[in-house]
Amino acid sequence: MTTPAIPEGVKRCPTRKFVLWLAVVGAVLLWGVYAMYLIWYKGLNQTNMNDAYGFALWIWADLAVIAWGGGAFFSGFLAYIVGRKEIKHIINYAVIIGFICYSSALLILAIDIGQPLRGWFIFWHANVHSMLTEVAFCLSVYFAVLAIEFLPLVFENPKLKRIPFLHHMGHNMHEVMAVFAATGVFLSFFHQGSLGGVAGVLYGRPFAYREGLFIWPWTFFLFTWSAAAAGPMFTILITRITEAITRKKLVANSVYQFMGKVSGWMLLTYGIAKIIDTYVWATQIAPSMGFKLMDFYSGNPVYGIWILFAEIVLGTAVPALILITRRGRENGVLLFTAATLAVIGVGINRWAMVLQVMAAPLLPFEDWYMYSPSWQEVATTVLPFAYGLMLISLAHRYLPVFPQERELNPGN
Amino acid sequence: MFPFIFEWQWDLSHLVFMGGLWYALSIIGLGITYCVIKSVIDSNKEAGAGEIEHH
Repeated sequence: MTTPAIPEGVKRCPTRKFVLWLAVVGAVLLWGVYAMYLIWYKGLNQTNMNDAYGFALWIWADLAVIAWGGGAFFSGFLAYIVGRKEIKHIINYAVIIGFICYSSALLILAIDIGQPLRGWFIFWHANVHSMLTEVAFCLSVYFAVLAIEFLPLVFENPKLKRIPFLHHMGHNMHEVMAVFAATGVFLSFFHQGSLGGVAGVLYGRPFAYREGLFIWPWTFFLFTWSAAAAGPMFTILITRITEAITRKKLVANSVYQFMGKVSGWMLLTYGIAKIIDTYVWATQIAPSMGFKLMDFYSGNPVYGIWILFAEIVLGTAVPALILITRRGRENGVLLFTAATLAVIGVGINRWAMVLQVMAAPLLPFEDWYMYSPSWQEVATTVLPFAYGLMLISLAHRYLPVFPQERELNPGN
Repeated sequence: MFPFIFEWQWDLSHLVFMGGLWYALSIIGLGITYCVIKSVIDSNKEAGAGEIEHH
């Protein structure tokens, strides 16, 4: 008798339907791959970036997916270091989402550098005074950690589990997973932070520049904090969407509520820190460099004060206040709303610290630099989302991602 | 990345930066090596126990 590829005790859609789904997603993926080929073959002139505007749409996507992927390291910290058992019911999915996010980030960087075959230069000839070098190191090594955390789940596939070496390998990796998780937390702290540091050290760009602690601007800590707060919310959001599409309950409500509570308090404390940071920047740092607050939020068709309101109030304070209350966490609609707002909020923060930084004028005779992406940039930004959808689909079908799936869906 | 690369300097920045990288890589490398070796031993033990049963 042949071993089925689908895990025991769970139901999945017919193969025909699944292949059709993959074909649709694959078509979008191929569009992105074609754009990627054009950028690698013809050069970065395929984009609307130039010497004045060097960080654009896909760098926003890069920072955003890294922040959203923060659920992996923080869930790993809660599961393996703090020892919270509830997290074990969602850690597999958090790792998969993290794996997708970080592989997408590395793909985006490979496209961004224009000549990916020289990507090893950042390791071989490392500039030890650069925040980006630190980012590259930690991103690459943390991606290796995520692959290591993902592998035991892959080895759980019924067909692979029959191979003794892979079965034992998965088991033994589980035994020492705390070591990898701790390394992942250390690496994530630094690369999440250094992405904030990239903006915060720009003393020539008053919109981004911050003072800080020793060599680290305050944006370093704010980025790590917001990723740890909003990342688990992204995991919850994707899990709920997966439940809606598959029409199955995959994770018990107690898990959502625990993660919501932790995220809520993280968001609240982050929000307070962010408000203090914004106040000090607006009243002391920017004026010392010759700017008023509204200089950064007027005189252009896009960046008004609404973006600061959206980030801090709608994207941070509102979800925090929902999540710190039991009633908010226990209400499915409110929990989903809070997760969506938190994810959007951190996305807006990354947008402001990348695109608004580059757009804001620096000299009295300069105007706002309004940028719009080329179709190649849009396609290569959509590419990681299509890839992620594909990997999630395959993982959900062939791997036992959710330990509680069978008990929560007895009919299947 | 290595001391034999031309721009290497024995200063605090290089030691901290590269030291951190090699520290993380060493932990990961040792962890995986341990898992691989133990898995080979466990697989051989299982195969040996299977042969004894068969005989």
